[in-house]
Amino acid sequence: MARSPRRDFLRTVGGLGAFAVSAEMLWRAPRAFSQQADPILAGRPLVRYPEKTDLILMTSRPPQLETPMTYFDRAITPNEAFFVRYHTFPVPTGVDLGTWRLRVTGLVERPLELSFEDLKTRFPKAAVTAVTQCAGNSRGRFSPRVLGGEWGDGAMGNAEWVGARLRDLLAAAGVRQGAVQATFEGLDKPAFPSVPHFVKSLDLRRIMEDPDVIVAYQMNGRELPMLNGFPARLVVPGWYATYWVKNLSEIAVVDHVFEKFWMKPAYRIPDTPCGCVEPGTAPKSTVPIHRMTVRSFIVAPPSGARVAAGRPVALKGIAFDGGYGVREVQVSDDGGATWRRAQLGPDLGRCSFREWSAVWTPPGAGDYTLMVRALNAIGESQGSEPLWNPAGYLRNVVEHCGVHAG
Amino acid sequence: MRRTLVLAALVTALPLTAAAQTKAITLPPDHAYGDLTPGPGVEVAQRACRSCHSTDYIVMQPRGDAKQWEAVVTKMIKVFGASISDEDAKAIVRYLSTAYGK
Ligand code: HEC
Repeated sequence: MARSPRRDFLRTVGGLGAFAVSAEMLWRAPRAFSQQADPILAGRPLVRYPEKTDLILMTSRPPQLETPMTYFDRAITPNEAFFVRYHTFPVPTGVDLGTWRLRVTGLVERPLELSFEDLKTRFPKAAVTAVTQCAGNSRGRFSPRVLGGEWGDGAMGNAEWVGARLRDLLAAAGVRQGAVQATFEGLDKPAFPSVPHFVKSLDLRRIMEDPDVIVAYQMNGRELPMLNGFPARLVVPGWYATYWVKNLSEIAVVDHVFEKFWMKPAYRIPDTPCGCVEPGTAPKSTVPIHRMTVRSFIVAPPSGARVAAGRPVALKGIAFDGGYGVREVQVSDDGGATWRRAQLGPDLGRCSFREWSAVWTPPGAGDYTLMVRALNAIGESQGSEPLWNPAGYLRNVVEHCGVHAG
Repeated sequence: MRRTLVLAALVTALPLTAAAQTKAITLPPDHAYGDLTPGPGVEVAQRACRSCHSTDYIVMQPRGDAKQWEAVVTKMIKVFGASISDEDAKAIVRYLSTAYGK
């Protein structure tokens, strides 16, 4: 499904003049997602949206699309396969770069109105390879179940982002005394005035200390797809996607901790060391979600595969964390009783997916449970039991993959 | 339930150097996979629950009892400002806890 010749066609979007794509090319009759083995995704249609390849539909309006796991056998997620998450409807469907401006306002000496050209030419270019993952990725797997976007595991992706450093933009505007945070909003504005508009905030310290926090105008060497934030989006390496505001239009420096709806009560985790509480209970107090937990996935062989006993099988997948970098990946074929080290792929940076591989020879015929876990540079890892919180965030339990050798 | 959708999608892109570069896409209509299950009260739910988002938001949730669905409907009214009468809210909770009940 990923290898359709149309992908190459879509890859050229942006390099051609104005053109229309026929209905047949971007949209075909809906098919149900075939991975019946996955109870969360079973029955969800595969759909093809503009500038995207076949993705798993979660919701139509606003569009929310999930990446099939087959794309995570490599470190870089193709733009057309990258997941899509919006909060409110309508979403921006068009941008005219002649009139688009990124405004930097609020507690600054010189408010800015940057054109796309300004953004690209007035500031040094910065590049970072970084994972963005929805805070609620894998929410569908929580037990007890929680309400929200019922994602499988594909609300994540890794890309090389190029843009201007956020701290350079703020320096150009001149942050004034008393500034505490910056807020970020995009072109998505809900139709109903009672629905809270999606605005996020970051501490200025987070922005100033990290040169990799950028306003990205390029994704894997190309312009951003509309649904991934064209013409520019915020990149906050190591932190969940909720901060990576898409179709960015306004940055405002403020003198307080901003606590409108999408910062509070939304996107909060229990204020406990694990960000978790006893399943089914409510936390006493909460803090904004921020750094991602350590995760790793087995992508090959796929769950449910049949392999030959006594013959070597290539195990493959990716691992990542919240910005310290993956130090080690381990695999087990006996349900976690014993573990051995996997081979790590090239290091694309501390915030990137890290490919891993291992060769495993099933000693005899039978059913095996393969498991994978990662360890990051500060010793954080994954637990054998899932942690729970009422919003369905931070999932990072050790993943299982059942295969049959015969 | 599944019908074939055909729609026109348009992507425009001019060379990056042009000052007047534009990009525009057209999104498909709501997919039939999110259609609400028929049953008593479905019309009320359709009227009240389709204006801000598609009904796949409902269909994808875990099944639940009246308590779960009452909390959802209350949240839509109190937090997001959905304008739904008490009577309609009751009918919707009844519908959801039957059609998407445990
Ligand atoms: C006034 C706008 C509005 C109306 C009307 C509305 N909703 Fe929502 N609903 C929202 C918003 C906003 C969200 C959050 C979207 C997101 O985060 O993706 C949401 C999310 C949801 C969710 C996901 C769980 C959650 O709490 O985020 C469910 C289920 C849901 N709505 C059900 C309903 C039902 C049932 C109705 C009809 C009674 C309804 N909605 C009517 C605005 C609305």
